[in-house]
Amino acid sequence: MRFLQQTYTIAAKDLRSEFRTKESLNAAASFALVILLLFSFAVDPTGPMVREMSGGLLWIVFSFAGALILNRAFARELPNDCLDALISSPISPAALYLGKAIASFLLVLLIEVLCYPAFGLFYDINWTNNLPYLILVSLLGTWSMSVVGTMFSALTVNLRLRELMLPMLVYPTMIPALMAAMKLTTVLISGEPLSDNMIWLKLLIGFGIIFTALAVALVEYILVG
Amino acid sequence: MRDKILYILGLLSAAWLTVNLYQMLLVLPDELRQGHIYRIIYFHVPAWFTCFSAFFVGAIASILFLVKKDYKYDTCAVAAIEVGVAFTCIGMVTGSIWARNQWGIWWTWDPRLTWAAITTLVYFGYLTLRQSIDDPAARARNSAVLAIFSFTSVAITYKAIDWWRTQHPGAVLDFRTGGGQIDADYQSVLYQNWGALMLLAAVLVVIRMRQESAIRAIEGLRRHAHAR
Repeated sequence: MRFLQQTYTIAAKDLRSEFRTKESLNAAASFALVILLLFSFAVDPTGPMVREMSGGLLWIVFSFAGALILNRAFARELPNDCLDALISSPISPAALYLGKAIASFLLVLLIEVLCYPAFGLFYDINWTNNLPYLILVSLLGTWSMSVVGTMFSALTVNLRLRELMLPMLVYPTMIPALMAAMKLTTVLISGEPLSDNMIWLKLLIGFGIIFTALAVALVEYILVG
Repeated sequence: MRDKILYILGLLSAAWLTVNLYQMLLVLPDELRQGHIYRIIYFHVPAWFTCFSAFFVGAIASILFLVKKDYKYDTCAVAAIEVGVAFTCIGMVTGSIWARNQWGIWWTWDPRLTWAAITTLVYFGYLTLRQSIDDPAARARNSAVLAIFSFTSVAITYKAIDWWRTQHPGAVLDFRTGGGQIDADYQSVLYQNWGALMLLAAVLVVIRMRQESAIRAIEGLRRHAHAR
């Protein structure tokens, strides 16, 4: 109970400070829209190709914009030595990590909520064919992304090349989840049934569970030593 | 004395590799469909097995480091993973050459190949992370956690041929198929070459561990000198 309360406190604190400054949210939202726009030059935006690569396109946007948010998860605490204060406070490192992961998760979801309609609008695609499943895939994919991203944000927080190292480590590790999310999103937006692609859903769920467990078990070593 | 043992083991692996080369080039016949190019399997599969073993050692050493906080395990992890990355490259290159001959292409986006590429990238990330952290304690800690994370991609690479229908050939060795997929002589030479490569890898890991210990000692002396 106490653990959940601590997690909630950290998540609420992070969200509050983000909504007050909006530093990563504004950057991530505008960056996501810029990439969505750029893709219209890479492929014919009115052709059938767009529907076939919709999942890939959307998740590349989410992961690029998400990296901006995830980078801030722990870097936000660097000024005024807030991270040291948080670590020495009577909060378990796992709760600190989970709170931050949940905050990042909600922030990335917010970007996605913005991107789906923008994508539908720009490329004239009806993306609501399988909306409940699309929401499920988005939740699972974003959770996987947040879990790995927040963990690596903790790993790289004290590095000089933080902004460079985080994407370099996160993307390869995240590929299983990204691949599954891309595939499933394409299937769902095309209006095909999910039943033929259950292996990808299983992969996405398995990835989320394994990496959440690993991160919660190991984060103490990174933060406290 | 230790140097001598290391030299002897190195020479032993060289001799073993030579005997294996003789076996595979001059004794064993060509494969029916592939012709002589099939012989690349004697380096391709053992190289991957060796790198998987090295990454496994790296992951175990990393867990031990986190539990026991003894730097010798960190030294072992980085040495094993670095040698593992070298063998990954051998596996990639030999696979590519075989693919060019058999499929007509150097690379295809099949699940096994994709996961292999991901594994390579993940471990390159590990080596880069190590280089970018100056504090030895933080470096050892953070890279140990990353090594444990990274090992998941090794497990997926290994199982990819079972989970997906891949263009990459499926399992042929007896311990995975239950027998009947590969000629016993072929398999025996393959295992022997794996043994020889493992021995070579072990020698390289020990040499690399010594370098790492020396680096740690020099770093310690430097800090000591600055402190005075």
